[in-house]
Amino acid sequence: MIEKVRDIVALYGGVSIDVASLDDAADLYAAGMTSFASVNLMLGLEEAFSIEFPDVMLTRKTFGSLAAIAEAVAKLSSNTA
Amino acid sequence: MSNQPSFLQALFDQGYLIPSGVPGLFGRGEAYEAIVSAFDGLISRLVKDDGAEKISFPPGMSRAHLEKSGYLKSFPQLAGSVHSFCGTDHDHIELLREIDQGGDWTRGLVCTEVALTPATCYPVYPIMAARGPLPSGGQVFDLQSYCFRHEPSEDPARMQMFRIREFVRAGTQEEVLDFRTAWLERGRDLIKSIGLPLDIDLANDPFFGRGGRLMRAGQREKELKFELLVQIANPSGPTAIMSFNYHQEHFGETWGIHTAEGGVAETACTGFGMDRVALALLRHHGLDLAAWPEPVRETLGL
Repeated sequence: MIEKVRDIVALYGGVSIDVASLDDAADLYAAGMTSFASVNLMLGLEEAFSIEFPDVMLTRKTFGSLAAIAEAVAKLSSNTA
Repeated sequence: MSNQPSFLQALFDQGYLIPSGVPGLFGRGEAYEAIVSAFDGLISRLVKDDGAEKISFPPGMSRAHLEKSGYLKSFPQLAGSVHSFCGTDHDHIELLREIDQGGDWTRGLVCTEVALTPATCYPVYPIMAARGPLPSGGQVFDLQSYCFRHEPSEDPARMQMFRIREFVRAGTQEEVLDFRTAWLERGRDLIKSIGLPLDIDLANDPFFGRGGRLMRAGQREKELKFELLVQIANPSGPTAIMSFNYHQEHFGETWGIHTAEGGVAETACTGFGMDRVALALLRHHGLDLAAWPEPVRETLGL
């Protein structure tokens, strides 16, 4: 899961450092992800995992790190399974 | 109370605004314009020693510049573009036939190079960039234009075409943040001086869609936008008559604007909703200008 998330962050996150070597807990915003990029990332994750983030999860915290994203995706995936 | 006309109807009845049949699109009567001019003059007296470069823009701007600015990423629902007929004689006949039949005559129109200006500062960034690095100490601009935002409403303070006077500061982070801090104080004093009860609060722009929720949250978390609010005609709360915005490096990076030292410039802006200020004055001091409090009339020179 986390590796798939990592791939999608690399695709949409626009972070300025190498995503492949990014720590799971590293702050993506601190790594250079802009608000615009986080919107694209959100839409990219929804498409890749066939999920939809509910409004309450559309916060900066949800997309703040690879681990946070993986946790959110896992939660939403189990809901729909 | 039920017999009392709405604020908007009262503005129509007294000739301050003249309806067009389209929500948020009004003619302005002489007395209304006198209020806008008086407040404009008050601002000009306040900023006379700021050394700002004054530019007036038309209500249209380069569509390419609007696209490059990123406006459509954030506010596609508010944007407007100008379309024109570019067809042949035959197409013209078709167009007239469509109108006669109540059809959609606009389908064959072609989008021109002009977009409607959504906020007064958008046209200034490419101008700054084209001039090369900013002078040492950065620069301040004093801008005004009509703006368009597609948000038809019965609230007279939410017009589709309205005037903004806007001050834009470009420079280092310290310079632009100092500018915004100073304007928060200046704005409060200025609006107090015309007798309007106000609040200043953290705010966010109406970013589009579900992704917009993320944008709004980010904007608030980073305290990028403040608004000065006055109760006008919205029963659910006060309306912003000024805003104080910190863009960080957004426009500097987008347009390649650099400081004299060579770094990417930061920008900030302070905007006055000129029509909203006029409406706030009419709302709080009444529709009879002669009966406005003497200190307010004196401050405005009315």
